[in-house]
Amino acid sequence: MPKEPVAVVGIGQTKHVAARRDVSIAGLVREAALRALADAELTWADIDAVVIGKAPDFFEGVMMPELYLADALGAVGKPMLRVHTAGSVGGSTALVAANLVSARVHRTVLTLAFEKQSESNAMWGLSLPVPFQQPLLAGAGGFFAPHVRAYMRRTGAPDTIGSLVAYKDRRNALKNPYAHLHEHDLTLEKVQASPMLWDPIRYSETCPSSDGACAMILTDRAGAERPPRPPAWVHGGAMRSEPTLFAGKDFVSPRAGRDCAADVYRQAGITDPRREIDAVEMYVPFSWYEPMWLENLGFAAEGEGWKLTEAGVTELDGDLPVNPSGGVLSTNPIGASGMIRFAEAALQVRGDAGAHQVEGARRALGHAYGGGAQFFSMWLVGDTPPTG
Amino acid sequence: MSRDVAIVAFAQSDHRRHTDDLSEVEMVMPVLHDVQRQTGLKASDIGFTCSGSSDYLAGRAFSFTMALDGVGAWPPISESHVETDGAWALYEAWVKLLTGEADTALVYSYGKSSPGSVRDVLTRQLDPYYLAPLWPDSVALAALQAQALVDAGDTDEPALAAIAARSREDARTNPHAQLPGARPQGAYAVQPLRTGDCPPIGDGAAAVILAVGDRARELCERPAWIRGMDHRIEAHSLGVRDLTDSPSTRLAAERAGAFERPVDTAEIHAPFTSQEVVLKKALGLDTGVTINPSGGALAANPVMAAGLIRLGEAAARIHRGESDRALAHATSGPCLQQNLVAVLEGEPRA
Repeated sequence: MPKEPVAVVGIGQTKHVAARRDVSIAGLVREAALRALADAELTWADIDAVVIGKAPDFFEGVMMPELYLADALGAVGKPMLRVHTAGSVGGSTALVAANLVSARVHRTVLTLAFEKQSESNAMWGLSLPVPFQQPLLAGAGGFFAPHVRAYMRRTGAPDTIGSLVAYKDRRNALKNPYAHLHEHDLTLEKVQASPMLWDPIRYSETCPSSDGACAMILTDRAGAERPPRPPAWVHGGAMRSEPTLFAGKDFVSPRAGRDCAADVYRQAGITDPRREIDAVEMYVPFSWYEPMWLENLGFAAEGEGWKLTEAGVTELDGDLPVNPSGGVLSTNPIGASGMIRFAEAALQVRGDAGAHQVEGARRALGHAYGGGAQFFSMWLVGDTPPTG
Repeated sequence: MSRDVAIVAFAQSDHRRHTDDLSEVEMVMPVLHDVQRQTGLKASDIGFTCSGSSDYLAGRAFSFTMALDGVGAWPPISESHVETDGAWALYEAWVKLLTGEADTALVYSYGKSSPGSVRDVLTRQLDPYYLAPLWPDSVALAALQAQALVDAGDTDEPALAAIAARSREDARTNPHAQLPGARPQGAYAVQPLRTGDCPPIGDGAAAVILAVGDRARELCERPAWIRGMDHRIEAHSLGVRDLTDSPSTRLAAERAGAFERPVDTAEIHAPFTSQEVVLKKALGLDTGVTINPSGGALAANPVMAAGLIRLGEAAARIHRGESDRALAHATSGPCLQQNLVAVLEGEPRA
């Protein structure tokens, strides 16, 4: 028996901001869930199970917060599953929820991811000493900066590429009412003049710390026939993991990322991603990861990713728009960031992305990664049901 | 469901009060090697891997990434993680196999309680605004539940002591148990619970391999088929729950098909003697059912692995031909807030 097709029929986000002091963690997640339910014109009673994800519990200081959040998410009496796969968790959580539908275990599933970074300190949460390994004492940027330098050295990319990505994503964010950073007066020169944090990563090339949640309602073929609007359909989804550190690991283009993309393209029947995919929501927490992932995901040959960025291909009006929503660079509630990528991809193929809509988007990729560039999750969504 | 999924191998560590000499990875590696040896599968042969653990026990963010290194995830593997007991990792893996995207799965979980105070650590999983600031510890909350049961006439202290004695007597035949054999009930930990009513604090790990259909028959002489599995959660606040009952366990059992035919064995995850009383009632377990022949969580309770061990112990009895239809249960959260039930069956013996 083939798998049940999975449809995204509801999407809800909070307005992402530095600190949501007006709501508890429960209030934050409920806001996103209620928006997703409203979008789908469904009620709590229609939900069979809840799958929730977030990044480390240290960020809010609550161990296994799903226990406390059961009431707020209408999960009492239902199955509630918590996923944690580091930075890729938002994507992984959506995929676990999709599997519940495709395996026909449940028909309609609420999936949600969140982070309320203002209740703690992510820099601290990411800087704990790890026995037997080199300490990551400067948050994520300190870990990733050397790999960016390796990319620049390997490809000969000019040092202007990172600022182009940041300037593009921040301009895209101005069109997205849910985005955290709305920097109306930002210029390319200001990005390039911003302080150097972890050479070569400048302040304006890094993601903010956000409070926010993202929710989606996934359902089966019968559920997708309901009004109000056409759903996004999942055409492929995959996760891949590789070890943190080992001799021969390619931090510039991890094999787990390449394998994950290849699996998703195989499921979706994509043979030429550059031509066949209309929009990409890519996990770019530091600007240089756009050209790096363009290569890793098969949109450009090795060493050529930065050329797409430089030529404007990834601009909102370019041939392959990347992060029309403004991306992680503009909005980063860590645990939710992956799910926002997945949800924004779905919004694009539904034609529901508002001012940051990519015209005629029919197939879109949502991408997330985490850990030491070792955990990957991706899905490809389309505007028509999958065939076969 | 169109695909039959079975537990085909189970391994667990020796559970100990302290494992200062071992990192988490070193604790997990032997059980991974054990299930791989039992099935002959290598990491690269396995279609999906899922683990359960807790950053709060480890005292650092992303603690599971280190264990993944131990799995040997190269070439890259299809892998996921749940921040809870490994029983839920097994659930995620079961769903993955039902989709048809994989034919085999490795599930593992581990927890080291020894580096800190697990009673204090578990208070951090309570409502962070209203409850956690009061630091009510896990034994105190269990004692509230136990007192509610005593007040309701569902049990008394001698009955609880008998559960403790039976569990630890049964654990004599379990080489992995931390507390095998007779123990004094001891002084009150928190009234009405005595130390004997409480689980040992310890470190441990477990691993399971799942496989579908004929693949399972190739890998195991008598696979433990998962006939059904479900889990349910209740409200968090203890004030809105009837602590003498476990409707989530009953509903999960019903959805897993546990009430369709009697089971002969039940491995239930009851860290406190009083919780066995609640679960027996919710599951309708009568005197004909062998309960926790392994000694259960009262004999070894490595947090985050103890639930997966219940599934593994139940499956192992089917593998050995000691059970034909077994129920396995896992719990999470204060006072049995979240519960998972699986029904396992062996094929009829000639």
